Amino acid sequence: MTSADLRFELEDLYAEYARLLDDGPLEAWPDLFTAESLYLVIPRENHDAGLPLAVMRCESRGMLRDRVRAVRETIMYEPRYLRHHITQIRPEPAPTGSEMRVTAHYTVVEVLQDELPRILSVGRYLDVVVRDAEDHLRFAEKRVVYDSVLVPNTIVYPL
Amino acid sequence: MAEPLVWPDGGITEVPYRIYTDPGVFEREMDRIFCGRSWAYVGLEAEIPEPGDYLVTRIGDRSVVITRGQDGAVHGFLNRCAHRGVKVCRERRGNCRMFVCPYHHWSYDARGRLKGVPFVKGVKQQGGMPEDFRREDHDLPELAIATRGGVIFASFARDMPSLERYLGETNTAYFDRVFDGRALRVLGYARQRIPGNWKLMFENIKDPYHASLLHVFLVTFGLFRADQRSQVRMDPSGAHALLISRRGTQQASEHTRDIANLREDFVLEDPRLLDPVKEFSDDATVVMQTVWPNLIVQQQSNTLALRQIQPCDPGAFELHWTFFGFADDDEAMTTRRLRQANLMSAAGLVSADDSEVIKLAQDGIEHGGTGKGIMLMGGRGTDDEPHMVTEVALRAFYRHYREVMEL
Repeated sequence: MTSADLRFELEDLYAEYARLLDDGPLEAWPDLFTAESLYLVIPRENHDAGLPLAVMRCESRGMLRDRVRAVRETIMYEPRYLRHHITQIRPEPAPTGSEMRVTAHYTVVEVLQDELPRILSVGRYLDVVVRDAEDHLRFAEKRVVYDSVLVPNTIVYPL
Repeated sequence: MAEPLVWPDGGITEVPYRIYTDPGVFEREMDRIFCGRSWAYVGLEAEIPEPGDYLVTRIGDRSVVITRGQDGAVHGFLNRCAHRGVKVCRERRGNCRMFVCPYHHWSYDARGRLKGVPFVKGVKQQGGMPEDFRREDHDLPELAIATRGGVIFASFARDMPSLERYLGETNTAYFDRVFDGRALRVLGYARQRIPGNWKLMFENIKDPYHASLLHVFLVTFGLFRADQRSQVRMDPSGAHALLISRRGTQQASEHTRDIANLREDFVLEDPRLLDPVKEFSDDATVVMQTVWPNLIVQQQSNTLALRQIQPCDPGAFELHWTFFGFADDDEAMTTRRLRQANLMSAAGLVSADDSEVIKLAQDGIEHGGTGKGIMLMGGRGTDDEPHMVTEVALRAFYRHYREVMEL
């Protein structure tokens, strides 16, 4: 595979990721991860200091599905729309073995039903992408490191 | 001009909505509650272990620096230069011998005592401070400090009772239940800005009535339910409170009838999320302690956290979560605490309900004209209750609030 093909393929993966979170179906979002994947949403403050606490921590695709179900069925929140903007998708120059480290920047704009749009979160994705048995790129690891010290109220949907 | 605030006739069973929106009330709260005769939580000793270590936090609306001096003792001072009011310390954490204001390089020691004023005698016989300028008249206001079990409290008042007397016997005992002298290990921080009045946060944690209704996730998995053996306990002043409960099962019962959306069919795909183990000697699995004026000590199963309230203005506060375990936790316990943290903070499967409902409460209060809320669940009293179907701790809180605020 040429480097250009790989870049298009990664571009598609991140576009699909954003589409599923922003426009749904949210239930299909965990399918972009491997069964044993690790998904963390972690404040930069903790990441930089080597502190392990994440505000979302899913250690398998099953935990991602549990999170989605809680969003659908148990959490009480004001209706909202999110819009992900993912840029600077950058695979590491020389992938080692079957794993590829990828970094990207993201901005998530949140629109609460009666309010003006605002930035909910801005930061980096520090990802590990692998190719599954069906030749699809999937996330084996995704660390969402947000730059702000404070979260504007609540993070309901995954970032 | 605003009319003077008159408390409703219902006394502590009614709260005028104006106390959540009025800038004058807010200012009085900052002076009397946060910066008055109270012990405010400011951090952990584990966060400033070495001489010269410091952290910056807020008590009420005031920025303070908490330090460990070269003498090894904990100190604290107001983070505002005596000269022109500049914030002396800009980093959230660090280590230094002297705190130097960036503007004119006035320097302070770990107790906020002014140690250096550049050009105090002028340059080439020109300028300089007047003859009567005395450096020692310009020390920064120093905080009184109390520590217990590795937790640091500070006060702007100089004549505070001991922390133990302040907390009262019962609340001291439950505080010691978590902070029993073992070395703490900070697991990390989560910080949110919640668009609601700061008192709504305390009300939320002092109110077990909502927990068994709003928090479908807790109820579904039996972590907190109205039909479990529970207690609400307070100190004699009513300032502090404890909600104590025990884990139950994921089963509907005649007592869960009123809970419209208990999800008996919600089975976790990955049950490692909720894999609590008993770690304290008693059988309580949830203890939520509220400590006047700014602290919530949370023990829900194995997730331990301190939540610090930092008011911003009448309509907003910051909630600063410090998640911790103990230095002697094994890896399995640390992992368990990190997994259970999914229930808490800004993206918490449980506490997201709270930050959302606090915003809705503030919205409703701000857009409803004058009025008052009622707190009659469990009667009109302020005595300890052996159950969860009560707003007794809110009534006790407002009894104390009215005394301190003279409202």
